[in-house]
Amino acid sequence: MSVLLEVDHLKISARKDDDNLTPIVKGVSFNVARGEVIALIGESGSGKTTIALAALGYTKPGLEFTGGQVRLEGEDVITMASDQLRALRGQRVAYLAQSAAATFNPALTIGEQVTESCVLHGILNQEQANERAEFLYRALELPDPDRLGKRYPHQVSGGQLQRLMAATALCGKPDLLVLDEPTTALDVTTQIEVLKAFKSVIKQEGSAAIYVTHDLSVVAQIADHIVVLYAGEVQEHGSAEQVVSHPGHDYTRRLMHAVRPPPAAGQGEETSSEHRREDPALEVIDIVAGYGKARDGTPAITVLRDVNVSIERGHTVGVIGESGCGKSTLARVMAGLLPAAQGKVLLDGDTLQPTLEKRSRSELQKVQFVFQMADTALNPRQRIDHILGRPLEFYLGLKGKEKRRRIGELLQMVELPQEFAGRYPEELSGGQKQRVNLARALAASPEVLLCDEVISALDSIVGANVIELLKRLRKQTGVSFVFISHDLSTVASFADEIVVLYAGRVMEKGTTDAVLSPPYHPYTRLLISSVPELRVGWLEETMQTQEAQAGIDRVVTLTDTGCPFFDRCPLAIRDTCDRETAPARQLGAGHAIECHRSEAEFVH
Amino acid sequence: MSDTPTPQNTNSAIQFDELPDAPPKRKIKLSLLGKIGVVVLIFWAIVVAIGPMIAPYHEADILDEELFIVPGSDEMYPDTDFQPPSKIVLLGSDYLGRDTLSRILFGARTTIGISFIATTLAYLLGVLLGIAAAVGSKRLDMILSRLNDALLSIPSIMFALVMIAALGSTIPLLILLTGIIYATSVFRIARSLGQEVMVSDFVEAARVRGEGLWWIITREILPNIAMPLATDFGLRFVWVILFISALSFLGLGVQPPMSDWGSMVKENLPGLIYGSVAPIMPALAIATLTISVNMIVDDISAHTGGKLAKRMIA
Amino acid sequence: MLWRALLSRLGISLVTLWVVSVLIFIGTNLLPGDVAQIILGQMATPESTAALRAKLGLDKPPYLQYVVWLQNVAMGDLGISKAGLGAGLGTPIVEILEPRIFNTLRLTGLVTVIAIPISLFLGLIAAMHPGTRLDRAVTFSTLSLISVPDFLVATMLVLIFAVFLGWFPAIVYLRGDETGWVLIKTLAMPILTLVIVASSQIIRMTRATVLNVMSSPYIEMAILKGVPRKRIILRHALFNAVGPIVNVIALNLAWLVGGVVVVEQIFSYPGLAKLMVEGVLMRDLPLVQACAMIFCVTYIVLIFIADMATILSNPRLRHPK
Repeated sequence: MSVLLEVDHLKISARKDDDNLTPIVKGVSFNVARGEVIALIGESGSGKTTIALAALGYTKPGLEFTGGQVRLEGEDVITMASDQLRALRGQRVAYLAQSAAATFNPALTIGEQVTESCVLHGILNQEQANERAEFLYRALELPDPDRLGKRYPHQVSGGQLQRLMAATALCGKPDLLVLDEPTTALDVTTQIEVLKAFKSVIKQEGSAAIYVTHDLSVVAQIADHIVVLYAGEVQEHGSAEQVVSHPGHDYTRRLMHAVRPPPAAGQGEETSSEHRREDPALEVIDIVAGYGKARDGTPAITVLRDVNVSIERGHTVGVIGESGCGKSTLARVMAGLLPAAQGKVLLDGDTLQPTLEKRSRSELQKVQFVFQMADTALNPRQRIDHILGRPLEFYLGLKGKEKRRRIGELLQMVELPQEFAGRYPEELSGGQKQRVNLARALAASPEVLLCDEVISALDSIVGANVIELLKRLRKQTGVSFVFISHDLSTVASFADEIVVLYAGRVMEKGTTDAVLSPPYHPYTRLLISSVPELRVGWLEETMQTQEAQAGIDRVVTLTDTGCPFFDRCPLAIRDTCDRETAPARQLGAGHAIECHRSEAEFVH
Repeated sequence: MSDTPTPQNTNSAIQFDELPDAPPKRKIKLSLLGKIGVVVLIFWAIVVAIGPMIAPYHEADILDEELFIVPGSDEMYPDTDFQPPSKIVLLGSDYLGRDTLSRILFGARTTIGISFIATTLAYLLGVLLGIAAAVGSKRLDMILSRLNDALLSIPSIMFALVMIAALGSTIPLLILLTGIIYATSVFRIARSLGQEVMVSDFVEAARVRGEGLWWIITREILPNIAMPLATDFGLRFVWVILFISALSFLGLGVQPPMSDWGSMVKENLPGLIYGSVAPIMPALAIATLTISVNMIVDDISAHTGGKLAKRMIA
Repeated sequence: MLWRALLSRLGISLVTLWVVSVLIFIGTNLLPGDVAQIILGQMATPESTAALRAKLGLDKPPYLQYVVWLQNVAMGDLGISKAGLGAGLGTPIVEILEPRIFNTLRLTGLVTVIAIPISLFLGLIAAMHPGTRLDRAVTFSTLSLISVPDFLVATMLVLIFAVFLGWFPAIVYLRGDETGWVLIKTLAMPILTLVIVASSQIIRMTRATVLNVMSSPYIEMAILKGVPRKRIILRHALFNAVGPIVNVIALNLAWLVGGVVVVEQIFSYPGLAKLMVEGVLMRDLPLVQACAMIFCVTYIVLIFIADMATILSNPRLRHPK
């Protein structure tokens, strides 16, 4: 294979306000051969996106090239004149961004944006381009390819937009594709579909690709070669097979270590019984909740229907489901942020008032909420000691010395240095902010901690460390956790019990081992099989399964009657599943599955 | 996982530290124009403080003819009005033969003082009501917003005109009127900024904690909207100066013999055709002040976004 | 979706209009002096004043006066001028208003036709070449022009064009039958002043809005697709910048109709704003109320149109899922 792109001792720096240069990329070299997929892997700050963009001769505002070359077929793109660059972008090298939702212009039709580049570059005329676009829509298995071009970006789903980005990039038949974390923002079930579409189209078109990601398991499915980056330097470089199965560098091993094994029974820790008591700490009974004005106990948009969950003292309940399934809504009902239309929330056996305002201070203290995004959950204008000190003062009445001592303890508990007390949130990294976020909830000495996707915004190593921290805190304090996540592997390694939510209904619940071993609810099975495994060839195998073919990449729809999973279920029974609410089958020891099928039919 | 690190060694054990994603503290660096703006602004601040003390004459003094007698000339009764700049009157004299420089120095206090107090009042009113609309009930928001829309729809000069005609032109009324008129635009800004912060996660976190409204407003919302409001204060201050000057120009503002820059332009307009600088000087005073405030504001807002856009189209 | 958004905007406008009518009624009734006394002048006796007050309906309680007034206004009857204003007592206000409205509309129309294309052009040019000498020149001069009082702009123009160059008359004297070149010459100074003041605002807003849109990810994407700069601005950015630009244009139009007192005074231009000033000085309540209502209705209608444009330019509302 001939070399298409040579990145040769590339250096990129950031220019600060005082005109000093801070190196971001520190002399990176690698080659991309024709038709080959190279993965750039690393965590945030590793410079992977910056390097990938250099292939288009582009730097983000505030950055500049300070050395080296990026040669496309022998020609340095860094020194190219701007009209040469314009001719190169979109025609020879095409870019796919992380968030398609933000990178599609909301005011223009999809068709115009897909065909724009190749028509402007004179590769095709508008008619040919439309034909090619339609061909690509079909190749990417997008719905309604004839009329898709006339629609607007907001009219299609996120997964579809992501594939439309691919169509945009491929329309001009580029030699090189640059894919920047194209599946990171997607649900696992959507992710495999998009991955599969990318992989087959790349193969079919024969273009080379640079695939930027932080997710090793994704890389294993799609890349021929892997370049591991840390802090703007190459740590390891080799074939996908070699890097995945015999990582040669410490950092790669750390990355591998942070990848959790596919979810299966027996991954959770032995629950200690020392904090156990008879009555559950928190319990929700027959909850119906949603948004909009409630009429006769039914909100305008009902998200949760007849949800029953109980959290034993000292236990961790994982709540799992795709986005739009009502996971966060459930946490908000528990916290009192969203009053339920029907049903009760019990704390230590006593009914809690549905709204915040009516709950007593000690009730509020016992249930603490940890928000998903530490970035936005911490007031940027408050110092860390104020953030941590307020709940101490508010709930426990601590002041002065006593308060300062406790702040010190809290920082120690979440493994942050003491001097962080005097810092502002923006002076902390993402993981450190999330630790402060946790410490604030712990400051209240709560009984139940509601954790809403607390690690999903973090890099894999950082996220893994936070999970380890949570495990230690659970042992130390005996706090019960409600752990909401769309990542089944994380939940499998952390939760004692799992509640599987789909479209606001509990599909399955039980102990982690029971839920993650057969018999499965069809939805649980789909979720399990969608989690990418860290081995080459997993994607192809999975796509053959019945679940994947029936259930992937469909939008979660809330339904009033029948089982909402009906349209994605390989075992669906027409005229039954879509009409009647599924019965809850008790399969022993708190394990329940809501499905019309019987236990015997689940097994395979 | 079996190899859980113990809490003590976790930090030191991380060989590959998580890279801080925090940008270094952003300091506002002013451009040359911005720096000039600051110098001019400081200059006028000093004039406000000590202007009347350093003024060669009183603002209402009509200068004696004797002052203008050129030594050696036999002209005993020289003109004192619209005189060009000279040693006696550094910036010339006005239509009544008063010293323009002294009147500008005195007028600085009137013009800037009234405008500043009026802007502050507008801010107190606008921020208070704007935040109330942002955090209060839907109905309160609706009532305040419609009332505000209605006030906004009346041309501000007309509003002032009717009120001054009804109640007479006094400085307190001038301040109150200007404050109310400009509170409408402050209300809109404070409301939208407040609404933005109100839905943020950290306010929600405070609500789940059980914090009261007062705490949320003073500790969570206000500190986060202070900076954009401060920038806007500059802009609003300029509008208020122009508005008060326009009122004075129409004869509705500051009443003689007090000097104020707007009315000084108006009084001396007839001198323009004789080439007198008397109407130009106060106009220049207004312009230097307002332009410098605007240049500083522009510089600050460029730091929060404008520069990004600049690099996008290389 | 679309209809709901439009209807709710319409509702809001109507409520605002009602609040405005109340405010205007209260505000104008604060004006001191008894119209009856002013009309009767020296001949006022207690009896004749009371009789005239009854005739004018001034002896009724305020809320009744408001209801009557609102009914009349809604029917298009703006009442009868109480002080006459040159046309004599009892002239219907509509008759006084008509030529003034014509004058104001003519001035506003001419200014709009000249200012908007210039502003959009300069604003876009500046946004297309940020940081260049051209951009800095545009930014600095518009910044200076919005910072100085409009009476200063007007006086400087008079000084240059009327006094030194003698090209145009400094004061507008309209007989009403001017046409062509004469008309243009007469109107040149006020038009020039207003074009300068209004354009500065629109230019700044256009530039700022377009630059703001330019920092969004889809513009970066367009750059990475190799789309030429001109197309990026005109096709990708401008479409998304319509809302704020239309809004600032609407605000400026409203200002041209009712807020140009200073300019109309300086040039003695017989427009609506000047009429209202005269009305206030004469304590002619119905006239002041009528003018104020016209200004507020203009503002509300223009803002409503701007909002509609924003709503209509939003594909989410135009093409629901």
